[in-house]
Amino acid sequence: MRGSQVNQQDIIARSATKVPSPQVRSGNVERVTKLIDVTRCIGCKACQVACSEWNDLRDEVGECVGVYDNPLDLTPDSWQVMRFNEFEDEQGNLEWLIRKDNCMHCADPGCLAACPAPGAIVQYANGIVDFNSEHCIGCGYCVTGCPFDVPRISEVDGKSYKCTLCSDRVFNGLEPACVKSCPTGSIMFGTREDMLDLADTRTDFLKSRGHENAGIYNPEGVDGTHVIYVLKHADRPQLYNDLPENPSISPMVSTWKGVAKPLASAAIGLAALTGFFHYVAAGPNEHGEEDEQAVRDDEAREREREHSQREEQP
Amino acid sequence: MTLRVTRRQFFKLGAAGMATSSLAMMGFAPDSAVASIRHFKLTGAKITRSNCTYCSVGCGVLLYSRGDAAINNVDNIYHVEGDPDHPVSRGSLCPKGAGLLDYIQSESRLRYPEVREPGSNEWKRISWDEALDRIARLMKDDRDANFEVRDSVGDTVNRWTTTGMLAASASSNETAYCTQKIVRSLGMVVLDNQARV
Repeated sequence: MRGSQVNQQDIIARSATKVPSPQVRSGNVERVTKLIDVTRCIGCKACQVACSEWNDLRDEVGECVGVYDNPLDLTPDSWQVMRFNEFEDEQGNLEWLIRKDNCMHCADPGCLAACPAPGAIVQYANGIVDFNSEHCIGCGYCVTGCPFDVPRISEVDGKSYKCTLCSDRVFNGLEPACVKSCPTGSIMFGTREDMLDLADTRTDFLKSRGHENAGIYNPEGVDGTHVIYVLKHADRPQLYNDLPENPSISPMVSTWKGVAKPLASAAIGLAALTGFFHYVAAGPNEHGEEDEQAVRDDEAREREREHSQREEQP
Repeated sequence: MTLRVTRRQFFKLGAAGMATSSLAMMGFAPDSAVASIRHFKLTGAKITRSNCTYCSVGCGVLLYSRGDAAINNVDNIYHVEGDPDHPVSRGSLCPKGAGLLDYIQSESRLRYPEVREPGSNEWKRISWDEALDRIARLMKDDRDANFEVRDSVGDTVNRWTTTGMLAASASSNETAYCTQKIVRSLGMVVLDNQARV
C-alpha cells in the first residue's frame, strides 16, 4: 500500500490517446478505495476543510440560505461538499441523511471516455482518476460524461477541476486528507479488498441493528467505483441527494466517440478527396485577363496611397 | 502595414489549415506529454509536534514548516494536519482544527501584547517587558490591598478573591500542574481554563 503507488508508468488509461498506456506494471499495484460510511457521519465538514487546506483551495465565503450545505454545490474551488437531506421514514421518524459528495473515481470513468484532450484525464493502476489540468482545454465534455455531475469548469482559467483522491498524498504513502481528518471514522481508506470487507462488516452490523435495507453503494454501471458508500437505505440511494440508482455513462459520449467521430472524419476526408479530384479533373479556376488587370490596378493604387502617406509623415 | 493576401493565397491557407487539422483529428497528432501528478508539498518540511489550542480535547497536530531552522532563514508554517501518534485524536481533527493553517496565518491574529487603559476604547501596542512589568505590578497591588488572612469568624483562609486566572487549553499535565501550584500559592481561588469553552 505505502509508497510508489502512482508514477507515470502506472497510468492505465489516458484520455483521447490511441496508443495504449503501459499496462504490465499494474500487476502488483493494489487498487485503493475510499469507504464513506454515511451512517457514522455527523456532518462536521472537517473533511471539507482538510481538502481545501491540502489542495490550497480557498473558495469564496458564501451566504447562508437556510440550509447546512456550504457551499451549495461543488465548485472549481470546492472539490467536495456535504449534502444534507431530511427524510421522514414510514414510522414518521425524521432522519438526517448526510452524504459527502465528491468524485467517485469510477473504474470505467465517463469523464475520461468523453475527454477530447490527450492526457488531460488519466487513470492510474491503483484506480485513481486524475485531471491533468495542464492539458485541459476546458471544453466541458467531462461534465457531460460524468454520471455523478462532479467536474466543474473554473471561470479563472477555463479548466476543469475535481477531487484527485489526493493522488499526490497516495503516491507518497499517505491517505487522502479528508480520510485522515475524519473524527468519527466515517471515511476510511485502504486497498479495495479491505474496504469492501469493512463495508460488509458495517452492513452486517447495521442489519443486526434493524436497518434491513443497509448496503454498499458500488454501482456496476461504471464497473464499480473507488469511492464506495455504506448506506442505511441502500435500496433507495436517491434519498441521499439524488445519488443515481444505476449510474452509467451518457449515450451521448458513446455516440460522439463511437459513431459520430469516424463518420465526421470520413466526411472531412471525402471532402478533401473530392476537392483533389475536382482539381485533377477540372483544373484550377481560371481568371480572365480583365480580372487580373483589375487586381493589378487595385494593388498599384494601394501602393501609391501608402507611398504618399509615408511622404506626408516626416 | 496590412498583410496582403490574394484570393488564391487565401484559399491555399484555408486548404492547408483544413488538411493539418484533419490529420490531427484522424490520430496523426504528435504524442502528448506524459501526465504528471502534483508534487508532494511536504518533502523536506520541518515537522513540529504541537497541540490544537481551540478546545479542551487538545488534539495533536503536526506543523509543517519551510526552512530547517538555519540561522539565515525565518521558518514559516505552511501546512497543518493531525498527529497520528497523539493518543487523543490519532490523526483526526475537527473542521476548526483542520483549518488551523488559516488561523495561524490570519491577518487578525494577535502578534504582540496590547493594552486598553481604563476608560479608553483603543488598544495600544506595548512591549513584552512593559506588559509583564505591568501585570506583576497590578497583581502585587491588588493582592496587597485585598488579600484576606482570616474570614469574618476568624478562620484562617489566606485567600485572594479579587483576581482570577484563565489558563490555556493546550497544556500538558506538567504545565497544568505548574499553573495550579503558582496560582494557588498566591492564594488565588478563581482559576479557570480556556478548555471549558
